[in-house]
Amino acid sequence: MDGFRIERSTRESRGFAVVLLLGGVTLVTLPYWAGPGTMRLISEMAYYLALAQLWNLLAGYAGLVSVGQQAFVGIGAYALFYLTSQFGMNPLLAMALAGPVAAAIALPMALAVFRLRGAYFAIGTWVFAAAFELGVSLIQPLGAGSGMSLTPAILYAITPGREARALIIYWLSLAIVFVVCAVVYLLLRSRHGLALTAIRDSEPASASLGVDTFRTKLMIYVITAALTGVIGALIFVQKLRLSPEAGFSVNDWTVVVIFMVVIGGIGTLEGPFIGLLIYFALREFLADYGTWYLILLGVVAVAIMLLAQEGLWGLVVRRFDIHLLSVRRHLLR
Amino acid sequence: MSLLVARGLRAFYGDFQALFDIDVTVAEGETVAIIGANGAGKTTFLRAVAGALPCQAAMVEFDGRPIGGLAAHEIVRRGVAMVPEGRRLFPSLSVEENLLIGAYCGRGGAWNLARIYELFPMLAQRRSLPATLLSGGQQQMAAIGRALMSNPRLLLCDELSLGLAPVVIRDIYVCLAAIASEGTTLVIVEQDINRALDASARFYCFQEGRVALAADCRGFDRQAIAGAYFGL
Amino acid sequence: MDWINILIQGALLGGLYALFAVGLSLAFGIMRLVNIAHGDLIVLAAYLALMTVQTTGLGALGSLVVVVPAMFVLGYLLQRGLLNFTLSGGLLPPLLVTFGISVIIENVLLQEFGADIMRLHAGAIETASLRLGGGIAVGVYPLLVFTTAVAAIAGLQLLFDRTTLGRAFRATSDDAATAELMGIDNRHIYAVAMGIAMVFTALAGVLMGIRTTFDPSAGPVRLIFAFEAVIIGGLGSLWGTLLGGMVLAIAQEVAGAVSPNWQILAGHIAFLVILIVRPSGFFPRTRD
Repeated sequence: MDGFRIERSTRESRGFAVVLLLGGVTLVTLPYWAGPGTMRLISEMAYYLALAQLWNLLAGYAGLVSVGQQAFVGIGAYALFYLTSQFGMNPLLAMALAGPVAAAIALPMALAVFRLRGAYFAIGTWVFAAAFELGVSLIQPLGAGSGMSLTPAILYAITPGREARALIIYWLSLAIVFVVCAVVYLLLRSRHGLALTAIRDSEPASASLGVDTFRTKLMIYVITAALTGVIGALIFVQKLRLSPEAGFSVNDWTVVVIFMVVIGGIGTLEGPFIGLLIYFALREFLADYGTWYLILLGVVAVAIMLLAQEGLWGLVVRRFDIHLLSVRRHLLR
Repeated sequence: MSLLVARGLRAFYGDFQALFDIDVTVAEGETVAIIGANGAGKTTFLRAVAGALPCQAAMVEFDGRPIGGLAAHEIVRRGVAMVPEGRRLFPSLSVEENLLIGAYCGRGGAWNLARIYELFPMLAQRRSLPATLLSGGQQQMAAIGRALMSNPRLLLCDELSLGLAPVVIRDIYVCLAAIASEGTTLVIVEQDINRALDASARFYCFQEGRVALAADCRGFDRQAIAGAYFGL
Repeated sequence: MDWINILIQGALLGGLYALFAVGLSLAFGIMRLVNIAHGDLIVLAAYLALMTVQTTGLGALGSLVVVVPAMFVLGYLLQRGLLNFTLSGGLLPPLLVTFGISVIIENVLLQEFGADIMRLHAGAIETASLRLGGGIAVGVYPLLVFTTAVAAIAGLQLLFDRTTLGRAFRATSDDAATAELMGIDNRHIYAVAMGIAMVFTALAGVLMGIRTTFDPSAGPVRLIFAFEAVIIGGLGSLWGTLLGGMVLAIAQEVAGAVSPNWQILAGHIAFLVILIVRPSGFFPRTRD
């Protein structure tokens, strides 16, 4: 192909990379110029962003709409609590192991639930999550219905000082969300990403072209589960207390995440960022009105799905053709 | 008296334009053929008339009134019925139920179940069978019967001969002639040129979404058609 | 352990679960729509009954006279005004819109009624029982629910098989585009189908509310039961859904008799076993 070249980035995406770098530096240095409340807020935003990127990868790119990701949040959290309290394992190591534990459960689960298609797959994942929640509440070593706590001894194993611990967990949150975003980004830029886009556009067509749709989807599902497990451990190492209801909560770990991705723009990498900001803004402004912010979120999500399926970021793309996080390849002369 | 008038008809599949300024007139009681190669726009034309494809209101006129862009179920009510390409009988319904569903729009008239069975006796024998168990030719007859049940003034026939043996096609065209003799206006889309021209008074030849040739069938030189057909 | 009575109890409860499931099954069969808000609509029906009982003099069962038509209209309007627009966009819109509706219903109920658990009261019939001899006793209310379920399903099957509307449903389910060419207005047919689904949902909600307690967050569990009954019975078969409901309920009752904590989990396990062993259920539809 003479006279053509393939470019991976656009001018905007290069500019955005600089912005991201500056933003990253700001966040990392945040503890030195902001209070603990802000740190906690950023930590929370970090893990929600991570969950959102993962759900977006599953639903927006792999076409696997899961309403059961809370299963892996709970599994990861329980892995952390169990390994630290039963085996005296260092919490940081236990957090890392939460990933493989979640993956080990995700693999056989996927083989069963992949037999369902479309919306039935979605409900199937929900059933699994509900089953896990019920199952865990029957297991004594996991605290049964009343749950488990992280003892001070376990926390000291991270580091003795409370402020130092808060710092470590804060940077860990940043590191994890960075890793998750990086994994998602790199996956989508790779040939697996191309395969996913092809599968999303037409599964039969891509299968006929030799894309192993089953293996690709399985791989994405298990990787997502593993990372979600790690995030679950991260969430609950901060909450200190874990119960089946909290660990496997649909409302906390799935409803909010889905709304974020849908409103921001499903199937785009930039979407979850937008959705995240909107969610936290709404939650702040409607804090005094009970669950009205959830109702409003629901209404906005429904409206977006009916009027602008690509979400708010998708509207921006349509209007301005900007791609900040570019996973596409551009053919240029 | 023109029953169907298409004037400057343009139709799109998304961004892709399939029909360019089509002008077609069909008088009441006439049988008109539309021929052309694959992709010429013949089926698209029928779908636009039947309301399965959107177009602007004034582009299609039926009985003097614009019907372009109306919903398909509304157009059937006005007296335009389609025998779709590929038959498209309903698998969950028996033969008789397929015929009955053709009468859903509630237009009264000469055609009813008894008369359809008279026209197509082998359908009567198989009335309770699932429609998809019939042979290709029988399914085609069922599809025609289903369309007739709405007592249409205009019957649109899309590729009736597709996939059928010549003997079967002949039988079907005999039935079509009987239907035409009752006064029904017919528009026949076919790739089998000879069949179509033998059955019709006039024809239009489509080529890449445009009318390439329009003439009387009687005495027209088949060789001359080839030029219009292939765009030579 | 009184196994015969437990099995009977489970079988009768299966009727209620079948009522949960029929609405879901109908919506999917005719318009390929899986309504994630289905469970919450069942709970909504129960709350509607509650409001009806409180504002009129009607009893819980009497409230059906108000709740059933109200839910039909709600279903018709919901489909015609909202859900019809999600049907052409692929997999995501119907799923995410009904998911959004689910969250909206739950939280609106929460705002309106609070989180207190509620119950509908039907009087003496709730605890009456029929002695059948040989130590077997059958609750009158569960028997009533089961009979209602069977009658309703039989009625629906008759509608499908014998009426013009039923024919239109089947045709639209087969091939919506060609059905339009036959004069069937898809938008209207879908809305009527959802209306009928809501009739079953209304029945399910009221009958459930008399039998057990409910609160705004009770929706998802009902959705899951409905879903499990549909899958166990096989997509696309109404009588299969009844059987699926009975299998689910029996699994729950048997496990519950052994240990109450295992009750709901046993249902999930039964579902998962069927999913792994026979994913198409007991009465799969031969063609999709």
